[in-house]
Amino acid sequence: MKIHTFTALLLSSAFSATVGADTIKIASVSPLSGSQAGLGDMIKLGAQLAIEEAAPWFKENGFNLAFSPQDDQASPDVGVATARRIVNDREILGVIGHLNSGVAIPASEVYREYQLAMVSPANTNPQITERRYPNVNRICGRDDVQGPVGAEFAVNELGAKRIFVVHDKTTYGQGVAEAFRTRALALGAEVVGYDGTEELSNFSSLILRMRVMKPDVVYFGGIYDRGGVLLKQMRERGITATYIGPDAMDSSEFVKIAQDAVIGAYYTTVAGPADQFPAARSFAERFKARFQKDAESYALYAYDCGNVFVAALKNWIEQNPGKTPSRTDVAQAVRAVTIDGITGAIAFDDKGDRVRSDYYIVKFETASYPGTTVKAITQTIEPAP
Amino acid sequence: MNRASVQSFLYPLLTFASVGLLWLFPDTTILLVPVLGVLFAGTLIRLHRWSRWSSMAFVLLIGIPVAGLENSFLFELFIQIGIYAALALGLNIVVGMAGLLDLGYAAFFAIGAYTWAIFGSPQANQFIDGGHFPLPGWPYFYLFMALAVITAALVGVLIGLPALRLRGDYLAIVTLGLGEVVRVLANNLDHPVNITNGPKGISPVERPPVDWILAITDRLGLTLQTNHAVALFFYGLVLVVMLAIVLINRRLDRSRFGRAWVAIREDEIAARSMGIPLLRTKVLAFATGAAFSGVMGAIFSAKQLFVSPESFTLLQSITILAMVILGGMGSIQGALLGAAAVTLLNIEVLKSLSEGLNHLRQTGFVLDLGFVEYNFANLSSQLEPAKYERMIFGLIMVLMMIFRPAGLIPETRHKLELEARGKGKAS
Amino acid sequence: MDGALLDILPSIILEGLLVGCVYAMIALGYTMVYGVLGLINFAHSEVFMIGAVTGVEVFRYLSPHIDNPFALLVVAILTAGFVSGATAVTIERLAYRPLRRRGYTNRLVPLITAIGISFFLQDLVRLIEGLWHGEFYMNYPSHAELEHTLVLPMDMTLQVKGLITMVVTLLMLGGLWFLVQRTRLGKAIRAVAQDATTASLMGVNPDSVIARTFFIGGFLGGVAGVLFGVLYTQVNPFCGFIPGIKAFTAAVLGGIGSIPGAMIGGVILGQLETLGGFYLPFFTDGAIGTEYKDVFGFVILVLLLLCRPQGIFGKAQKDKV
Repeated sequence: MKIHTFTALLLSSAFSATVGADTIKIASVSPLSGSQAGLGDMIKLGAQLAIEEAAPWFKENGFNLAFSPQDDQASPDVGVATARRIVNDREILGVIGHLNSGVAIPASEVYREYQLAMVSPANTNPQITERRYPNVNRICGRDDVQGPVGAEFAVNELGAKRIFVVHDKTTYGQGVAEAFRTRALALGAEVVGYDGTEELSNFSSLILRMRVMKPDVVYFGGIYDRGGVLLKQMRERGITATYIGPDAMDSSEFVKIAQDAVIGAYYTTVAGPADQFPAARSFAERFKARFQKDAESYALYAYDCGNVFVAALKNWIEQNPGKTPSRTDVAQAVRAVTIDGITGAIAFDDKGDRVRSDYYIVKFETASYPGTTVKAITQTIEPAP
Repeated sequence: MNRASVQSFLYPLLTFASVGLLWLFPDTTILLVPVLGVLFAGTLIRLHRWSRWSSMAFVLLIGIPVAGLENSFLFELFIQIGIYAALALGLNIVVGMAGLLDLGYAAFFAIGAYTWAIFGSPQANQFIDGGHFPLPGWPYFYLFMALAVITAALVGVLIGLPALRLRGDYLAIVTLGLGEVVRVLANNLDHPVNITNGPKGISPVERPPVDWILAITDRLGLTLQTNHAVALFFYGLVLVVMLAIVLINRRLDRSRFGRAWVAIREDEIAARSMGIPLLRTKVLAFATGAAFSGVMGAIFSAKQLFVSPESFTLLQSITILAMVILGGMGSIQGALLGAAAVTLLNIEVLKSLSEGLNHLRQTGFVLDLGFVEYNFANLSSQLEPAKYERMIFGLIMVLMMIFRPAGLIPETRHKLELEARGKGKAS
Repeated sequence: MDGALLDILPSIILEGLLVGCVYAMIALGYTMVYGVLGLINFAHSEVFMIGAVTGVEVFRYLSPHIDNPFALLVVAILTAGFVSGATAVTIERLAYRPLRRRGYTNRLVPLITAIGISFFLQDLVRLIEGLWHGEFYMNYPSHAELEHTLVLPMDMTLQVKGLITMVVTLLMLGGLWFLVQRTRLGKAIRAVAQDATTASLMGVNPDSVIARTFFIGGFLGGVAGVLFGVLYTQVNPFCGFIPGIKAFTAAVLGGIGSIPGAMIGGVILGQLETLGGFYLPFFTDGAIGTEYKDVFGFVILVLLLLCRPQGIFGKAQKDKV
């Protein structure tokens, strides 16, 4: 291509002029920069693969299916601003995201105004679906199940008696930590500390308190960027309590930060490791071939989110030949979709929760990612009457 | 015909041309730039009164709303510009007129935003029994706009009384600290009593009803979607509040207080010896600036449906400061221009550039210049202009300070001084 | 329980001392520049951050070549010191000197410039790291030798890297004191600090003295950056802000312009912060937790400036007309 074509291309995309009447865009929104980019990038790539694989079918049927990756920087504020930008792009008919529940909750208020369908690969906070918005769905589990799953494992299988709970003061971290604490107390364990902190580097005050309280399990509700540093500093200062975290520890970055300290740490996850899913193996190969990276954690879920949109759009287009779906049409079609995803059968109940979700407990036996799955639990969320 | 009448004749034509362009291509958001450019030119060049006001009224009351109904992002953009313009005007009083460097200005914005967000959402039920909340948008939102002004001004006085005893750079650091304290409090007052809901923020925040807009447009034979009506409503609201703030600013600038502020900025000791009560005058500047910020905070929370401590970081304060500095400290048009330029840059130009680059990256575009070949697929995903706002604000501040400390549109007093000096030399 | 709370006190003080040393070293940079120019060099927190990031790069690229972690640390400290020092001199040359030349009357002008530089540098480092490695959150690698734990009396434990931090801080402080009090350069610095114009009449070149002051302050900031990274693992382009503002508080606390003041201010702030972070949750039953730790510094700063703006060691300034 020559230079003027290049300028034209840049201009045409920069000026957001209409590319064609039948372009359908699916956006992914996740942190692509900052300390949580490790997880956010996987969401983007997983979704991108699903959209790219489906694009030929849409081309045959007269549609241009495009993918629009967006960055919410894991900040509610940026997330809402991005959401406002997304809803004003009329070609975007679906959103895959976000990573952080704290971002997803306010952003989905914006999507709701415009009836824009959102399918979340990672938002586990109960409030996401408890609001019963017709356009908001998720294919991952819920913190009010994940937290208790972790607590039961800690108390029943690890025999924890004194538990120190720390969270990172985000919607996600605090929510899952609270659910963990409630169940742990109900199971008879003693919660010797419950603390929120936004600290990024110096955890010494917290660790000194652990030294006084002598917990046998430390639960960290939060994301690997802080969890990894906390774990490393705990071990450096001689705290030997078992470390348990939620699904946001499910990243190779966690191992990079904590290094050898990661050995023996557990996390509960809703995104089962690729080796747990039979269909996931071929996905992992295609993923690697396309992006030269190993698929981690949320990539599988984001891929399934992408396929939920693809299936919903296909259904609608086949039923309404020659027409272009509106946002409301897509939202309705998504809610009705049933597919066999690589993470199992996907169908939504009337809240937008997945009818069946799996939880896994994974342990790091060595300082390498991924860890070893030690337990799989299937939880059925009963459809409300 | 003299020059002013030629300009007065051409200006409306130019206005109409720029608006016409926007109407023809409403999806090309960037065409808002010439429209705003013409609008600014109108405040700067010599025009007959009728030409200036009718053209401006045309742009603001007809031009932008009509295009906005086609492309609602235009409304979004203009509302943001309006909010930041009000903030810049408020900070302009503190930094530009009174010469007090306030690095915690976003705190007052936060106070205004939280004032409405807490009571205009179910949040207040957490600490007041009875389930009275959220308060309905009518009439409470308007009441709380007034309340936000009062609260922000009060907090301005409370912070100002101790802080303004300090001078110069110490004041800057202390306001920075106090600004952070307000943010950390908003972040942590979710326990023992949940007032602010902590880092999760508050959502959804109630909005004033827009039924009346729908009723009016229905009568006019237009069918409007609710979200368009909401956007139109906020556009109007921001426009009204912004105009009110501009008027207040102009009155203040020429008042006893305005002169006292400038006197303090130029020479504190001289001002004191002229009988200006230093602390009281400074606190007044602080509180006035805070009040503007407060009212926009309330509007921001309703518009955004959501408030969280992250909207009120140091970066936010610095963004507003960069607007004031770019435009010209102490100058009203400068603050408006700075706000428009920085906001457009921030939420439209840089984002579009990022999207453009992203598009090239995804399609694997190959740039072939003959001697070099570059595949955009290899471009690092870190290279996104939209995320380097700090770099841009930093550059604006450094370059302006070194090369043009008075800003793009210097304050008239400065200009008068300089002109007088120039004339003195010539004669 | 109360017994346990007291038993841990020595350990808390040790942790406070450790973080206090880092603050003190950064504070020295603020204090020296303020001493000669009367300017709050807001960009000093970024000089610190650049040191921390340089340290990561040294560890990243030299680890395969240098086996001994102590040697590696020394190389990292020196490299980071020089890079940070050079950064500080560059900032002075490109931004502050043109302003000085033009002669500003308004104190806001250099301060706004400094804030601008600070923001610019944060994103510049982010851009460089982003293009270089594709990410800008970086971790210091673990080295068993550096993380070996020494058991001290009274239940205290200290890692080798903590010990190194303290020793380096003391060495730096001693060296700086010697430099300022006993050498020709020190005399020149003191002369410029008192009165630049008079000093220039006495044959001192103020520009060169100012540049060297920036270099020394920057060097110390860079060293502090590496030690901070080694102690607390994660660094990123925005990690300078909080330590920077705390170090500034420490400098004001000790009396800005005073070298021992910066040291003592840093240690006091470190203690208050760690003690507060530890005991407040116990005393307030969790109502005020560790999350307010970063605010302590600000609150102390505000109170201090209101009551004794000259700090503990500073001399009161009078208004000049």
